[in-house]
Amino acid sequence: MIKVSNKTSKIFRPEYALLWTIPLAFLTLFYFYPLATILGKSLVGINNFSQLLDLVRQPYVAKTLWFTIWQATLSTILTLAIGLPGAYLLAHYNFWGKNILRAITAIPFVLPTVVVAASFTSTLGPNGWINRALMNWLNLETAPIILNHTLWAILIAHVFYNTTIILRLVGDYWTLMDPKLIQAARCLGATRLKAFLGITLPLLTPAIVSAALLVFIFDFTSFGVILILGGPIFSTLEVAIYRQTINFFDLEMAALLSVIQLMCTLGLTVLYARFTRKTHRPLKTNRLPSISRQQLNWKTRISVGILIAILIIVLVVPLITLAFSSVFKFEPDRGERENASTGFTLKYYRELFINRRHSIFFVTPIETIIFSLRNATITMISALAIGLPTTWILARKTRLAQMLEPILMLPLGTSAVTLGLGFLLVFSRSPFNMRTSSLLIPLAHTLVAFPFVVRSLLPSWTIINPQLRKAAAMLGANPIQVWREIDLPIIGRAILVAGAFAFTISIGEFGATILLSRPEFTTVPMAIYRYLSLPGALNYGQAMALSTLLMIFCGTSIFCIEAIRPNAISEF
Amino acid sequence: MLEIIDISKSFGSIEALSRISFSVAKGEIIAILGPSGCGKSTLLSITAGLIGPDTGMIRWNGVSLTNVPPHLRNFGLMFQDNALFPHRNVFGNVAFGLKQLQMKPEAIDKQVSAILNIVGMRDLADRDVLSLSGGEQQRVALARTIAPNPRLLMLDEPLGSLDRNLREQLLHELRQILTDLEQTVIYVTHDQDEAFAIADRVVIMNTGKLIQIGRPRDIYAHPASTFVARFLGLTNILETSVVSVDTNNRVKISENSLIPISQPPPKHMKHPRILIRPRGAQLSEHGTLSGILTNVSFRGALVDLKIIVSNGLQLRFEVPTPSIIPKIGTKINLTLPEDASIWIEDDSL
Repeated sequence: MIKVSNKTSKIFRPEYALLWTIPLAFLTLFYFYPLATILGKSLVGINNFSQLLDLVRQPYVAKTLWFTIWQATLSTILTLAIGLPGAYLLAHYNFWGKNILRAITAIPFVLPTVVVAASFTSTLGPNGWINRALMNWLNLETAPIILNHTLWAILIAHVFYNTTIILRLVGDYWTLMDPKLIQAARCLGATRLKAFLGITLPLLTPAIVSAALLVFIFDFTSFGVILILGGPIFSTLEVAIYRQTINFFDLEMAALLSVIQLMCTLGLTVLYARFTRKTHRPLKTNRLPSISRQQLNWKTRISVGILIAILIIVLVVPLITLAFSSVFKFEPDRGERENASTGFTLKYYRELFINRRHSIFFVTPIETIIFSLRNATITMISALAIGLPTTWILARKTRLAQMLEPILMLPLGTSAVTLGLGFLLVFSRSPFNMRTSSLLIPLAHTLVAFPFVVRSLLPSWTIINPQLRKAAAMLGANPIQVWREIDLPIIGRAILVAGAFAFTISIGEFGATILLSRPEFTTVPMAIYRYLSLPGALNYGQAMALSTLLMIFCGTSIFCIEAIRPNAISEF
Repeated sequence: MLEIIDISKSFGSIEALSRISFSVAKGEIIAILGPSGCGKSTLLSITAGLIGPDTGMIRWNGVSLTNVPPHLRNFGLMFQDNALFPHRNVFGNVAFGLKQLQMKPEAIDKQVSAILNIVGMRDLADRDVLSLSGGEQQRVALARTIAPNPRLLMLDEPLGSLDRNLREQLLHELRQILTDLEQTVIYVTHDQDEAFAIADRVVIMNTGKLIQIGRPRDIYAHPASTFVARFLGLTNILETSVVSVDTNNRVKISENSLIPISQPPPKHMKHPRILIRPRGAQLSEHGTLSGILTNVSFRGALVDLKIIVSNGLQLRFEVPTPSIIPKIGTKINLTLPEDASIWIEDDSL
């Protein structure tokens, strides 16, 4: 790469310093101040290290930490068990509909956590399609498979959620591997197994480890899935922070758990970054190989078929059952006569506009949709307003920028529930009492979206070569024309992508929202969460309808993001 | 002895190989020569057992290898672009095949240093293969392939990615190593100089078909078709409609340019053409072929001359470099040897 010397950036310019104040002021008030408050709370009355150690050794804390690690480990292993054969399939075989399968399998990963819980419920829940089918088939009175509030529910939902990461990260890397390496090993006398163990596996290991670490991080910080599907028995750090805050008002304990959570995720993120760098080692000495055009024998055809079927069952079927559940009525409503209709219905979508008298909400579902859209719009605007100056100064790579970059990326390692807790601690009392302000939720969303916005925008700023601007200026363009002709077209797409990310993240955000929402400020994920926890076919159907709408929205949005992204590299 | 018997292979609607048969004697070096996409690499993959043929079989000393998987064939295949294992160093790459033979570590050490010595890489055993230059990578790939002492060695464009000087140097080293080891070799290349320099016999292939097989000088003297001739750089191919052959078996190129031709056109040729070999011509005032010189390129002991004869035909000849090279645009006369022109079948139709 050519290093462009950019001497002008070294000179101190007051207007750049002014630009710095925008992100720094925002982060200080909405991130560091709440975080410091959490730290202060967790360290109340702590004078030395052994006291701190005692705090962590409390049975409740130790038990929660242990379960968090345990379920994340199990989930990661299961995800690898499904994802690695899938990655092999996508990297080695061409089959009809491969691109469609690849695109659809990306959807679960971008779904809001409540929608994942809803699609699990629609598939494997007590009223799910599998239990319905078994009850019909075997003439049973009650559902034969009860997974809700078991560890299995959590594990299956996590596999559904995160298999995409393995498929993409390992699969894409595997595609790059030269098939000649294996052929060379075979000609040198290695059996299929030895060639796999001696060549394929060692070459894939960095990709597998970094993908597995990423899955582990997501499972470790999983909140909605465990809260909704795990029930009251299971508590990870995230869920425990929430319960200590909302149910037991033990803010010191919540703060302590948040600090432990923060340490763990930061450690894991650093580890992940280190392994990701290793995957940049070239897999081949030159040239891109192509997928073999070999005709497949029947044995291979059958195994390929089985692998495709597994991917469809795990990743696609839950999406379909969710959509079906939103337009299908299994049992008559309360108050309806016995001859009442079951079958296809749009009732649950019509109900979105109706406020039933027995509803415990103050707002109708359609109002939650409007509130969510409003939040998302505010989030998008504020995240871009802070993200644009931040990335512009980061791209200048001054010494100050290099020093401040890790600080600006810190919110990435902070869980949404922790952010919510910090907001709750700071903004529900003077001097910044905003507890009743409807801006609190979109502000929290802005913090959640901020790192994603920065990562979408930064590469575009860095590819705008200063020589381009100079060349344009030499050709007679004034500064405004330079900006319009050079900067805007390049950065424009990145702004679209970053905005779409911020909007989508806000629409689906659950962890911070649940701590900050009030009955009059209910977002769509909050409404789904409440409907799911209430009995009755109508509540169930409404949860499915809202979840289906969210699924369609997030699926569409991720397709658009992939389509307009400047260079479509799958990255998380 | 390796026998390739009636091998055909199609990928979808593309016929990659069509009824290829030939054999390779023990210790013989055979070069397969052809343009890219002619099926050379596919034939190697089938011989190695990496892919199966649609029809035909591969035999070694009379025994069919159809059901023998690649790792039990004891054939070495050196890949185009080398395919070195990027996660192993030079030693690890060369030792890979020996480890599959369950050799003891000390024996492996000894064998690897011996082989690295042969290819001149003794001091680089601990190097990361990605840090090697192209020529060094090629040597490591050769060492890795010959280390387990394969009964057949196949080389797929081994010098393909190297620059010209390095290629010529390595080609001679390679020839030396292969003859010293008394290896049976199939050497695949698209470069005729390489093929002719290294091989005992050359197989010429085009679009999946075997066109000609023979010793390099026989092929050069009697190319089987216009494809072979053009591939070898023999471009003086004349249509019988442009030139005429008189009753004294002489080709009349123009009014006073007459060249003897060895015989009347053989009966089996459907589209006979006349090939005039460029080599063996001499500059001489009394030469029977005259034309205007249009281009001279100096190649050391020989010069390439392009001339236009009176009816507009362009011909190329290689003559021994004279003390005074004639100027472009002047008229020159050439004497051609008695066997300069032969009949040749046009297979481009």
